[in-house]
Amino acid sequence: MHVMNKKALLTAAFASLSTLAVASPVDDVLIIDEEIEMTTRVESVEGHPIPEVISGWHYRTPETRALEADSFANPGMLGVETGESIWHTVEGTAGKSCASCHNDATVSMKGVGANYPKWDEKNQRPKNIEAQINHCRVENMGAEPYAFDKGGQKPLTAYIKHQSLGMPVEIDLEEGDMQAWWEKGKETYYLRTGQLNLSCASCHEKNHGNYIRADHLSQGNVNGFPTYRLKQNKLISLHNRFRGCIRDTRAEYPAAFSDVLMGLEVYTTWRGTGLAVETPAVRQ
Amino acid sequence: MNTNRRKLLVRTLGTVGLLGTSKVFATAEDVEAAIKAIAGDAEITQGALTLTAPEIAENGNSVPIAVLVDGELTPESYVESVAVFADGNPNPEVITFNFTPDSGEAFAATRLRLAKTQNVVAVAKMNDGTVLTDTKNVKVTIGGCGG
Amino acid sequence: MAKPRIKVPKKAAAGDVIKIKALVSHTMESGQRKDKEGNVIPRKIINKFVCSFNGSTVFSCDIDPAVSANPYLEFRAKVMESGTFTFQWTDDDSSVIEAEKSIEVA
Repeated sequence: MHVMNKKALLTAAFASLSTLAVASPVDDVLIIDEEIEMTTRVESVEGHPIPEVISGWHYRTPETRALEADSFANPGMLGVETGESIWHTVEGTAGKSCASCHNDATVSMKGVGANYPKWDEKNQRPKNIEAQINHCRVENMGAEPYAFDKGGQKPLTAYIKHQSLGMPVEIDLEEGDMQAWWEKGKETYYLRTGQLNLSCASCHEKNHGNYIRADHLSQGNVNGFPTYRLKQNKLISLHNRFRGCIRDTRAEYPAAFSDVLMGLEVYTTWRGTGLAVETPAVRQ
Repeated sequence: MNTNRRKLLVRTLGTVGLLGTSKVFATAEDVEAAIKAIAGDAEITQGALTLTAPEIAENGNSVPIAVLVDGELTPESYVESVAVFADGNPNPEVITFNFTPDSGEAFAATRLRLAKTQNVVAVAKMNDGTVLTDTKNVKVTIGGCGG
Repeated sequence: MAKPRIKVPKKAAAGDVIKIKALVSHTMESGQRKDKEGNVIPRKIINKFVCSFNGSTVFSCDIDPAVSANPYLEFRAKVMESGTFTFQWTDDDSSVIEAEKSIEVA
């Protein structure tokens, strides 16, 4: 295929489907259970290339949006409930559960998910909730660490992040070398990759609100992960989604929790600063 | 892209990508036959039964639908069942809701899988043998990344 | 496996038609998919749901593989007296998931 053709094709692929009568992003308010009003649109932080940060919720159909607004109907809550039972399950040689040290998660974990990733002094890299869970399992419980997306990793992460539902995302870039990892993440975000030569920014910064084939592109904010995806009918972790996105550019994708993807988690989390934690969000 | 390559691509998507199987889809005739089996010789009417379904589903894996037959249910007059069919799925049957006078109202909602753009058909059977239908077309989008 | 999620009002007046929602965790393997080796993954779904009140059936459904994973059901019930709703989901393998909810009717 000629280079010119490829360029023309890509431009066409990002067409705004004017035939579909969908305002984009949709003007609507997310109130969970008619009770918790969620910040889904917010002025971006200094240095952000987009003036207004918008949750992916606004880019979905009325039916998908309704699923997230009703915590009973949201199938992601099944995972959260599984996470709750794991929280209270004793595992490992120390005979402890999460609750043995952290007691009631609704109190002790409130706000935690909104402020991760944090700096991990011991390992000299950022840690996300998944890394913190594994740290606790190995160091304090005498249990095996969870492999990526295995065992209780997704439900427990969802349960912990859900305790911050509605709280604004804010991470501390002053801690340790967080700023350097933010820079690394930013580089990854803008790096064109794969046979389709796309960066994260190609879709989620330059074309949010447009369609790539029939897919309505969002800003790619990460405030709802782990997210219930209708495509897979289950909770999907952030690093799984990162890898899926990169795979879709037809590139080789990095390992979960690798330096590249940890940098990207720090950077994309920062981009969503001020958005309410939606875990478990519902997406297509 | 030349036409042959596109044809091959479409065929590959159809048999492998979408369903992972080459099984044929149900047809409108299959659904008609299923309705006939429920209705027998009864006249099929429209109006009192409403099927609610989205015009566009962004993922065919989970499409919300609801059925409602107007009127209060009493031991003398009630809706026995509402069966739901899809004419473009591998099998036309989706679900049959069975009501009783204690249901109070012939309302039910669920989520279903649609393999592609197709008609969803609801068929209500009253205890006096009356049969009602309603049909909605649901467009299922296959996304670049989400589909 | 997660417990079934059921929503029934705690209280109602005699003669009220109440809303009931039920959600159960289940993959609803359709029998249409193949694994990586190309073998058909056998069908395994919830094929029957029954809701009873004080022993008599209020609502039931016969379920086919076209119902989504983690099947969700919403329906109505007319309540005349206090009592207990029982919910039963029957799997293809004949196992049954059961749950109960009480309601106070004034």
